[in-house]
Amino acid sequence: MAERLRVNPIQCTGHGVCAELLPELVMLDEWGYPVIDPRPVPPALDRDARRAVAACPALALKLTRSEQPARSG
Amino acid sequence: MTAVVNQTASGGAARQAAAGLPRLLPQAPEDLSAHLARYGPTPYRGQPNLLIADVEASGLTGRGGAAFPVHRKLAVVAAAGPRQGRKVVVANGAESEPASRKDELLLRLAPNLVLDGLQLAAEAVGATEAHLYLHYAPGPQILRALAERASRGLDWLGVTITQAPPRFLAGQEAAVVNRLGGGPALPTFQPPRVSERGLGGAPTLVQNAETLAHLALIARYGPRWFRAVGTSDEPGSMLTTIYRPDARAHVREAAIGTPLRTLLGEGADVQAWLIGGYHGTWVPMPAAAGITLDNASLRRFGAAAGAGVLAALPSGRCGLAEVARVTGYLAAESAGQCGPCLNGLPRIAAALAELAGPGHRRRTVADLQRWSGLVEGRGACNHPDGTVRFVRSALTTFEPEIRRHARGQCSATDRRPYLPLPDGLPTREEDWT
Amino acid sequence: MNTAFWYASRATGIVALLLLTAVLVLGILVNRQGRLPGLPRFAVTDLHRNLSLLSVAFIAVHVLTAVADTYVHIPLAAAVIPFASGYERFWLGLGAVSLDIMLAMIVTSLLRGRLNRVLWRAVHLLAYASWPVAFAHSIGSSKDLQQGWMLVLALGCAMIVLAAVVWRLAHSARQVPRAGRVAEILSQRAVSR
Repeated sequence: MAERLRVNPIQCTGHGVCAELLPELVMLDEWGYPVIDPRPVPPALDRDARRAVAACPALALKLTRSEQPARSG
Repeated sequence: MTAVVNQTASGGAARQAAAGLPRLLPQAPEDLSAHLARYGPTPYRGQPNLLIADVEASGLTGRGGAAFPVHRKLAVVAAAGPRQGRKVVVANGAESEPASRKDELLLRLAPNLVLDGLQLAAEAVGATEAHLYLHYAPGPQILRALAERASRGLDWLGVTITQAPPRFLAGQEAAVVNRLGGGPALPTFQPPRVSERGLGGAPTLVQNAETLAHLALIARYGPRWFRAVGTSDEPGSMLTTIYRPDARAHVREAAIGTPLRTLLGEGADVQAWLIGGYHGTWVPMPAAAGITLDNASLRRFGAAAGAGVLAALPSGRCGLAEVARVTGYLAAESAGQCGPCLNGLPRIAAALAELAGPGHRRRTVADLQRWSGLVEGRGACNHPDGTVRFVRSALTTFEPEIRRHARGQCSATDRRPYLPLPDGLPTREEDWT
Repeated sequence: MNTAFWYASRATGIVALLLLTAVLVLGILVNRQGRLPGLPRFAVTDLHRNLSLLSVAFIAVHVLTAVADTYVHIPLAAAVIPFASGYERFWLGLGAVSLDIMLAMIVTSLLRGRLNRVLWRAVHLLAYASWPVAFAHSIGSSKDLQQGWMLVLALGCAMIVLAAVVWRLAHSARQVPRAGRVAEILSQRAVSR
């Protein structure tokens, strides 16, 4: 099942650890917040993705099973 | 603020009456007796699925801005959570879009329609709690309506009234649930959607007041009646709040698919239309003069009806000044919870203020485009997305004016502000409760 | 053999205190998004985590050698049940209190993804109680630390912790509350035109 990385933007305070551990999928914008590749995580990066999720000091990064959820109102 | 007048028919009155308009707004406030005389009692079904099927057949979509199919929301809430568990329904009358006046008017003139809809929706999903969420303190009409209904035993559930703070985001559904739970009216991260886990963890239906009024009528007259006006893909009517230079601001019910010319005028000295409010889209005139009030037509200009705010900007005003003012408001109304929105919107607003003045740095427009791309989709709600849509469409529509301003000129002759904005921006935590 | 155990217990205890000092400072550094010169950001988070586990390893040896040393009788249970030791009941009891808090912190952190966020944070904040209690345990139960360069070392740790905590509190005091953040950025933009 496709897994995607998602960040909870309310919890995220821009530590930037995710971008260091997973530069293939996460970049930091000019304010230090993560821009995440919306495509499914390739299997080769799965372990690194889990490591990044565990390493986030704010626990803001998540790996979700569902498809891209619709934007909420 | 100019008083908002109910304008249910003007010119084409015969056409409208034959087409079944007006449906929602009486000429004067109707108390319970008048309401019952006109509509009869609330047509409770006795079981949920019948009403949901009718709503699906009618094609009713939300009138709060998102235009989400109502039957689907009802079905999700009805099915979510444990059997016999708590379930909540909320009539959303927060009307946080400052330019919108339709819900306020509806709740003043026909509160019983909205309250009927709330009770019918409650029955349809099996709710255990009902709430009415209002922007302002409840007026005498609403209080009287609730008291009369209670004394006659018309309501399936008692209704709790909660006041929303005057914030742009206060009507966002997660913010509604947050506020009803005693917290500030701030959006929360979804998933889970409030229809699955909302107030106190219970599945919560948040439905716009106007949507509930339509639902109350569909329950009485059926889906075919509802579809008698509108288009086949987007049936029914909607309330619009109209701003045009040759009239006072007013609310008008219109069949979906009505040419915008009918509502906003022929546009002789109008430079642009704003469709869908402050998260909406600017379209240039006369290029867009042929659009009709249905999303299929509006989509071709990247627009959507939203909560029905329609504004015609006169040629003598400075479009950039209006956009800068509104974006400043939108930036100040950010919840400030998400890094991209918190950082991006103020910068976007400042750049627009620069464009609204004489001359601007060469990089300002490029910065605007970059920041717009950076904030889109990266907040917990769609505030940055809506703001970006407003801004991007403005950059396109007012591009000639941007070039004029760069040369130190401005085509405006009238410097008065045109689009309405409330006073008072939020600075403290209390401003969100 | 007893003497070896006794020395081992003293030595591992001192090392544990040094490690715990580093862990607390690193924890504050993580919170403040601080960096260690020349190291990536994840080094701060990883070091904080790894040194905390290392501290527990040293404390385990510290406790086991103290129990194994038959010169005085310390029941193993006294490591986690406060004030259950006959010998130096009070000072060793403090050690147990501190260790209990540390174990709660570590267990909640290992289960972090599954736990209520507020609960995790509340337990983690107990670090600010655990360190002073560990410090008191160290000074109170070890003659080593009560004099000479060991005392200087211990006080040095206390100074470092105090400075880090003051730094942390100063930031909290300065931090703009959520409702004021947008206004703050808007005013910055107005100025830096």
